Amino acid sequence: MTDFATELNCRGVVEVVTDYLEGTLSPMLAHTVERHLESCEGCRRYVEQMRITVRTVGRLRDEDVPHEIRERLLEAFRELTRG
Amino acid sequence: MARRLRMAGSAVHVDEPATARLSLDEMHLVERLCDGDESAFELLVERYHVEMLALARVYVRTRQIAEEVVQETWLAVLNGIDRFEGRSSLKTWVFRILVNTATTRGVREARSFPVSALIDEGPAVDPERFHPDGIAFADEWRTVPSDWRALPEEILMSSETLDVVSRAIADLPPRQGQVIAMRDIVGFGPEEVSATLGVSRENQRILLHRARSRVRAALEAHFDD
Repeated sequence: MTDFATELNCRGVVEVVTDYLEGTLSPMLAHTVERHLESCEGCRRYVEQMRITVRTVGRLRDEDVPHEIRERLLEAFRELTRG
Repeated sequence: MARRLRMAGSAVHVDEPATARLSLDEMHLVERLCDGDESAFELLVERYHVEMLALARVYVRTRQIAEEVVQETWLAVLNGIDRFEGRSSLKTWVFRILVNTATTRGVREARSFPVSALIDEGPAVDPERFHPDGIAFADEWRTVPSDWRALPEEILMSSETLDVVSRAIADLPPRQGQVIAMRDIVGFGPEEVSATLGVSRENQRILLHRARSRVRAALEAHFDD
């Protein structure tokens, strides 16, 4: 079996980072990534950038349903129920 | 609207993941909806409306059209609730209707891409960022990424930053935009995305990776500016 540890470089890390954050890497590969991160400041920063990216994307949703939209939808509901 | 709920039989549907099936909570909600209970509908709107709007934005050009798509979806949900058989979760069912409505509308609004845009095999990071093959430090960072933890919250949370993210997602090939919106905005799990969009887990994995990588690159260009 090939020893993945000797083959995973920074360019490889950025391609498995999503699976790493999702926790879907094989235990062996996850371990290899972690060993790389221990010694590589650049990749540690990259993983952190991806975490921040995911969090920032999550902020794109509005907080609340606007009042007039809620009213319009409830009115539509009443009409349908009456009909 | 139907007064009585027809539920699916006890047959096991192997194509639906267990997590996507109707929960007890949703079953009650569907019953109340079929009985014309307004507060049940209000609860549903409360739960899903903002997520639906965020997802619809990926399919159509303007916020206004996205709002129309969501309202159209709610009407379709109300009209179709008596035919809902509980084979998927209520949430998955509602979002499938949204995706269908938004897709139809998106095609009409000509926000469509060539089929070739579906396959995107580009690298996550510009190869120029790494030392080239055949020399010492090959495939290691030429210049290390900057430390975003050092960025002040007001920059991370600013409307400019959100605009950058929003535009980056709008520029993605459609499938990538849909997957990142469902996973990272709506908060769906991988099973729910597969059930709603009909993409395999493997393709979803690749699409999500490409999408997040591109949005990161857009943020990097913005922050390092």
